[in-house]
Amino acid sequence: MRETFEHKLGKLNNDLIRMGGMIEEAIASSITALRDSDAELAQKVVDGDRQVDEEEKNIESQCLSIILREQPVAKDLRKVSAALKMVTDMERIADNAADIAEISLTADVSTIMHIVKEIQTMSEKVIIMVSHSIDSFVTTDMELANETIKADDEVDELFISIRNRIVELIKSEHCSGEVAVDALMIVKYLERIADHAVNICEWVEFFKTGEYKNTRII
Amino acid sequence: MSDIIVPQSDVKLCTRNVNLYYGENHALKDINLDIKTNKITAFIGPSGCGKSTYLKSLNRMNDLVPDCKITGQFLLDGEDIYADGVDTNVLRRRIGMVFQKPNPFPMSIYDNIAYGPRVHGIKSKAKLDRIVEESLIGAAVFDEVKDRLHKSALSLSGGQQQRICIARAIAVQPEVILMDEPTSALDPVSTLKIEELMNTLKEKYTVAIVTHNMQQATRISDFTAFFLVGEMVEYAPTDELFSRPKDKRTEDYITGRFG
Repeated sequence: MRETFEHKLGKLNNDLIRMGGMIEEAIASSITALRDSDAELAQKVVDGDRQVDEEEKNIESQCLSIILREQPVAKDLRKVSAALKMVTDMERIADNAADIAEISLTADVSTIMHIVKEIQTMSEKVIIMVSHSIDSFVTTDMELANETIKADDEVDELFISIRNRIVELIKSEHCSGEVAVDALMIVKYLERIADHAVNICEWVEFFKTGEYKNTRII
Repeated sequence: MSDIIVPQSDVKLCTRNVNLYYGENHALKDINLDIKTNKITAFIGPSGCGKSTYLKSLNRMNDLVPDCKITGQFLLDGEDIYADGVDTNVLRRRIGMVFQKPNPFPMSIYDNIAYGPRVHGIKSKAKLDRIVEESLIGAAVFDEVKDRLHKSALSLSGGQQQRICIARAIAVQPEVILMDEPTSALDPVSTLKIEELMNTLKEKYTVAIVTHNMQQATRISDFTAFFLVGEMVEYAPTDELFSRPKDKRTEDYITGRFG
């Protein structure tokens, strides 16, 4: 029954996974580029953002076409509408990764990356959050989504402790104000990425239960 | 039965433990369903699920079917419609019906609408004129037929004929209108006209509709009941039933993964 429809939903899933892979790689590469002062890699992330934008449009157009042609209801409706919402967060994540990469094109922050090792730790946690948020959607794993939402607290704590560390570095004149501001921007971008991962998980909740942030929206 | 069911004010038709048999065939199994006042309630389900049988039992259309046995309670504003002494003519004035195929009587448009009121004793021409006009306006067909009220209703298009049938139903001032797939024989434009009309009808009447078109149920109804092999599987506000059904059988049917 409804093989064409099943095929369309399967393709939507696959494309979300592919876009998820693209944004995870973008975050990881942006951080590596910072650490290694690798301008070429940074440029690749910035350029790659256009492909992510294309993928976002592709997924949006699939969702709208499914709504138009298949009139999905029940869990199909929840899936397609959740995909349509979360793809925006995914695109924002890639924007933030490109923002981080752009910093390494204009400034050398590799020293501070080596002094404040927690930035690397924070980026690793954030990448896992992004990866798990998309996995939890694709496999409808509410437990994984909830764990990911909880992990955001750790990222927020890391943000505060890194911020304090940077303030100390400025005070002790271990780094220039310019570098310090760039480093602060980087961790703020990472913190924002984690928030987008949380948003994605909240749409997983809607897909699974029909509730969004514990509230019925339909 | 000694227990008295107190009707809730927002419930027009309350049915309890309804079982219906066509001979050996157990066509409705323990249906408990409240049809709410001034709302549109849609019955959906595959062919043979009992939805039309249930609809017809709401104004005793099954009385005429030989070998049909009905048990349970059907309460219209708290009164048992199957009680001894209930006049089915009066009942069907209170609970009108519109069928799948437009079935105007082979007479003029005017006489179609005036038929019911005349049967119920209205003779004054002025009064009948007023009822005919108001009913045709209420069924959103007046402007299209006002210049040919004395022409045969059969000369109209299918969509117009169906609205004449709705006008005929509302001419006797019913409280409930039952509709059995009222648009399945109509083109999309006529279908939309009837759907729009239903939205205005519910301000005055309680409407129950059987439809095979699930998109139609989502467009027009406030509540939806899903029937399957004589059982009522799920009954919920339409938005809820179509966005997060509780029963897997409902989910499978409405998402097209059934059977």
